[in-house]
Amino acid sequence: MIAECGHYALVLALALSLIQSIVPLFGAHWRDVALMNVARSTALAQFLFVALSFGALVILHVTSDFSVENVFENSHSLKPMIYKITGVWGNHEGSMLLWVSILALFGSLVAAFGNNLPLTLRARVLSVQAWIASAFYLFILLTSNPFLRIGTPPMEGKDLNPVLQDIGLAVHPPMLYLGYVGFSIAFSFAIAALIEGRIDAAWARWVRPWTLVAWIFLTLGIAMGSYWAYYELGWGGWWFWDPVENASLMPWLAGTALLHSAIVMEKRNALKVWTVLLAILTFSLSLLGTFLVRSNVLTSVHAFALSPARGVFILMILCLFIGGGLSLYAWRASELKQGGLFAPISREGALVLNNLFLTCACATVFVGTLYPLALEVLTGEKISVGAPFFNLTFAPLCLLLLMALPFGPLLAWKRGDLLGAAQRLLAAGIVALVVTAVIWAWTRGGASLAPLAIGLAIFVIGGAVSDLVDRVGLFRLPLGTVWRRAWGMPRSNWGTAFAHAGVGIALIGIVCESTWNSEYIATMKPGDVAEITGYQLKLEGLDERPGPNYREIAARFQVSLDGRTLGTLAPSKRNFTTRGSSTTETALMSRGLSQLYVSLGDLSGQAMAVRIYYKPMVLLIWFGPILMAIGGLLSLSDRRLRIGAPRPALGSRRLQAAE
Amino acid sequence: MSCRAVFTIAVVLILGIGGFSPAHAVRPDEIMSDPVKEARARHLSRELRCMVCQNQSIDDSDAPLARDLRLLVRERIAAGDSDTQVLDFLVARFGEFVLLKPRLNSHTYLLWLLPPLGLVAGGAVLWLYHRRRTQAARGEQEALALTPDEEARLERLLATEFPSREAN
Repeated sequence: MIAECGHYALVLALALSLIQSIVPLFGAHWRDVALMNVARSTALAQFLFVALSFGALVILHVTSDFSVENVFENSHSLKPMIYKITGVWGNHEGSMLLWVSILALFGSLVAAFGNNLPLTLRARVLSVQAWIASAFYLFILLTSNPFLRIGTPPMEGKDLNPVLQDIGLAVHPPMLYLGYVGFSIAFSFAIAALIEGRIDAAWARWVRPWTLVAWIFLTLGIAMGSYWAYYELGWGGWWFWDPVENASLMPWLAGTALLHSAIVMEKRNALKVWTVLLAILTFSLSLLGTFLVRSNVLTSVHAFALSPARGVFILMILCLFIGGGLSLYAWRASELKQGGLFAPISREGALVLNNLFLTCACATVFVGTLYPLALEVLTGEKISVGAPFFNLTFAPLCLLLLMALPFGPLLAWKRGDLLGAAQRLLAAGIVALVVTAVIWAWTRGGASLAPLAIGLAIFVIGGAVSDLVDRVGLFRLPLGTVWRRAWGMPRSNWGTAFAHAGVGIALIGIVCESTWNSEYIATMKPGDVAEITGYQLKLEGLDERPGPNYREIAARFQVSLDGRTLGTLAPSKRNFTTRGSSTTETALMSRGLSQLYVSLGDLSGQAMAVRIYYKPMVLLIWFGPILMAIGGLLSLSDRRLRIGAPRPALGSRRLQAAE
Repeated sequence: MSCRAVFTIAVVLILGIGGFSPAHAVRPDEIMSDPVKEARARHLSRELRCMVCQNQSIDDSDAPLARDLRLLVRERIAAGDSDTQVLDFLVARFGEFVLLKPRLNSHTYLLWLLPPLGLVAGGAVLWLYHRRRTQAARGEQEALALTPDEEARLERLLATEFPSREAN
């Protein structure tokens, strides 16, 4: 009964979505307020029904109703409750339902909080949002129905893939989806603006907070996924340049570019045509990611050709929205008026440079991910594009971007003073050079690039700090004044500094981890001692113990440094009987920002194969993105964005006041 | 999409279909006694693909094939091959697919040259666009400026409207 209710709720959501895709458009065309307001109520109702549908699937999983195929395939009655809930989106059908739920959530948020939008714009935005929703409801109902019943219900489920039975599954996919799907709002705004044929600084001010929200979630989602891979997969890597990872990195790069170009549009009314294009491209890349992952095309072109129903459906959605969006853009973009002029050396110029590098980096990832596919389809030749390629192409682009980054916030709008900015960065530059020299001397001619890269990171962080110091007048003004200025400064300035410093911090982590990582690989018997960068790890014993739906062998390591015991590490290997597969549970010990990392291999007799790593400064890799997200939140809490865009009647005056 | 989730599913599926137990990548018994040679082997392993896995290097992969390749690389190094010779040997046997860093040839020009060319082309487009915009703006200003004829007419009009100016 619950399954049928869930199914029916989804059908109702589709019906509402179809109404929402058509009626408000006509309303906006005829300036009919009643028809335009249909968008608001249908968006809210649509979310209600999708939420009911999603809730139904959660209940089915929680109560282990194995008469539903989705639950049978992915659950087990003995599975811990948390994994019963997270298992809802640990499979194709459920994750698509989560996708549309979040899409409907964003639509309803625009409906609920978009009161300050012009009525026609809101109607059109919600309409475009409903086109996307309708396409994906149809996809779920026609090819991936999670509510299908089985004729003769089995007694027990097949259990969730053991690798996914982890707290990471509770956080990572929802976060990532909030990011991916959040960019649909920017897309809808762009399409609505193209239909209206009118776009102004106020538009950018409406779009920016939504993009910022999506960007914050995507940043955290990617970082979270990276940390999950780091501790779950057991070989100590945190980024693999896997196509599926690239699929999430591309919208992030494009979204970051969009955030920056929207600033130019909001402040200076320039770069309009480009910003609209970026908004379309960013969501297109999200859709592309959905296609790449959901169609199995990555595993093999042949796997895609063999069971094409889902893949072809998503490919159609992809072509419809990307093709349609870009065609509309090509047709209407020339009608958008060009905005203010600026000199190449200016804040605008710096942000354009940022966009150039970010789009190039995004294009590099795009080509690297899809080139092997295209080549195989066109010539039948198979090549691989992996980490070594991206390290040679993507990394230099990022380093160039980082060199320019600290200058941006110091340049004035319209016409900047590069020499002045360089003078204000002098302190940061000197600190960076000193740090580089010290590390160089300390590592005595080891890797020569690493000290330079760390110097660059320090320069970026120093640049962010000196920008703040400059703005509040620290060391120049009395402390009381400094305090008042710091308090009164727009929060978006704090946000910029935090996010930029986060980039530098992540870079330090990446460089340290990949250059000075030490490893110890050996077979150990109880009583053996492993030594790694001064730490002694003594294998005290191997224990066998049962878990709720697995059995595990855990090793007990006593960790000590210079004879002082620091604690125990207990990595384990779990064997899941239902699926007959096993996972490795790594054990981590944080020492400051560095980590000791132990994972187990095969047991032969009494000897256990172990891998022990010492990863210096590794935590910075994830603190960086967290700092970026905090920067995003600070920026989001800025008064200008919080109060939203002013109504057109007041527009011109308040816009000037913000300058 | 739930990238990591699907990625891990893919990894496990591939491992599962192969029917091998997940062990660790480089195993203790594989390591060469000469640390310099071992370092070379590790470096090469990172550039070689485990061909039954999804985008994993043989250094990371648990698959038996990856182990065989790792042993093969070490065998060649022990036999005195240079890094290029080892790679050539593997490409001759398994094709270009085994290289995670594709070689530059007629099929991969586009792949390798696109990032730098994109940057240069993007820069050029921006420069041209900037020049056109500034010229257009200057042209607009010039179009707004009055011609000598118009100046003279304006003078005359002002003179008739405000005769006092003439007196001053």
